[in-house]
Amino acid sequence: MFVLSGYDAFLGFLLISAAVPVLALVSNKVLSPRSQAGERQLTYESGMEPIGGAWIQFNIRYYMFALVFVIFDVETVFLYPWAVAFHTLGLLAFIEALIFIAILVVALAYAWRKGALEWS
Amino acid sequence: MVPALADLTPLISAAVTPGVVSPGLDLESSFSAALEGFGFTPAAAHLLWLPLPMLLVLVAAVVGVLVTVWLERKISAAVQQRIGPEYAGALGVLQPIADGLKLLVKEDVIPAKADGLLFTLGPILVVVPVILSWLVVPFGQHLLISNVGVGIFLWISLSSIQPIGLLMSGYSSNNKYSLLGGLRAAAQSISYEIPLALAVLAIVMMSNSLSTVDIVDQQNGAGILSWNIWRQPVGFLIFWICALAECERLPFDLPEAEEELVAGYQTEYAGMKFALFYLGSYINLVLSALLVSVLYLGGWGFPVPVEWLASALGLSPDAPLVQVITGSVGIVMTVLKAYALVFIAILLRWTTPRVRIDQLLDLGWKFLLPIALVNLLVTAGLKLAFPAFFGG
Repeated sequence: MFVLSGYDAFLGFLLISAAVPVLALVSNKVLSPRSQAGERQLTYESGMEPIGGAWIQFNIRYYMFALVFVIFDVETVFLYPWAVAFHTLGLLAFIEALIFIAILVVALAYAWRKGALEWS
Repeated sequence: MVPALADLTPLISAAVTPGVVSPGLDLESSFSAALEGFGFTPAAAHLLWLPLPMLLVLVAAVVGVLVTVWLERKISAAVQQRIGPEYAGALGVLQPIADGLKLLVKEDVIPAKADGLLFTLGPILVVVPVILSWLVVPFGQHLLISNVGVGIFLWISLSSIQPIGLLMSGYSSNNKYSLLGGLRAAAQSISYEIPLALAVLAIVMMSNSLSTVDIVDQQNGAGILSWNIWRQPVGFLIFWICALAECERLPFDLPEAEEELVAGYQTEYAGMKFALFYLGSYINLVLSALLVSVLYLGGWGFPVPVEWLASALGLSPDAPLVQVITGSVGIVMTVLKAYALVFIAILLRWTTPRVRIDQLLDLGWKFLLPIALVNLLVTAGLKLAFPAFFGG
């Protein structure tokens, strides 16, 4: 149960912080004027009639960065327990982490070389 | 991840060394003791106590935002040699409240072509994790909502929910500017999250704990000299740059670059939903500044340890009066350090040009990420070589 000590406050604060936007939006709904007439609901496009929708294909680059992100985010998650326990683990853990990071640096170099980190 | 964290918690508890620092104010135990005197059970006293610090922190966060908005307007005016707001209250201090009230009574427009549900959910998903992260911000030894075991890691995981909300609002608006803004916001957040997490990792390694309270305790042995900024100067810079990027502040405000994208993912938003974005971004700025002061600038620590001052004056650090003074000084110090950083962020916003998206991504992936990895390994090596200076 030690793992869960203090998390009752987390749950409580989650409810309170979720109540903030809900209350704000509800009070806005009650207080604000309502008129759903015509032009108002048109999509903004610098004053022109919007040409087509925006649910279109977009640059593949965003996916590349998302993929590289997943690799390194998982890496940092794995490194957190290592860092917390580092003072009891000593030199061997340092060398292990060095190897682990070296493998990921190779991955970064590969992605870099292949142009996954280039914008244009 | 879950088993890893479960394995890790005994280590955290083992790492909490009995500090040299005095326990300081513990309002919860005083409150519980008082209630139990009236015949409440400890569980009931705990339940009655729980909402108090939460509401207090929520109010503090909102007041912090109002002050920051006012500071932003006044400082930007000073930078541009204008006067800025001056009619609403003395020096215009009531201006942010007037802005908020105006947004509260504005009409809420959902574009006909937008996806109504996601359009509403977007700003909520942006603002909730940011408020929730205040759970782990300590203003004193016991002056925080909850000293959860995963501490700073909770903030890192919560901060990765925000890009989902931004992407959601950008995509659901069905507007070309919003789509581009949302995509940019997501790409930027994820690019800078990794160096940020690695910079925090070096701090965690030095403190042997994820708890924000332990991180501050570890820095306050010798006042200003033992603050983490001296041992982690590179980490401090990485963290600060990444924090600015996560908050979408200039020079990294590409997602809402007004010359290119009108207002980015906020283009279609009006009324309270726009206000939620606004609130979220300012709460995030104040939160980031508070966390920089917690992680690198000694949190609630006074430049000269308060225990030294108390003993120099011949007072016991456990005397009630000294504890109240220490607690108040701690809160003032935390807020003061955070607002010094907010001031720097505001000045940066009004004096630096915006970077291009390729420069932004290059800086994140090709500069900050390798540097952060090297910083982490150097910290680990130094900790092995000089354990006394790097947290044992």
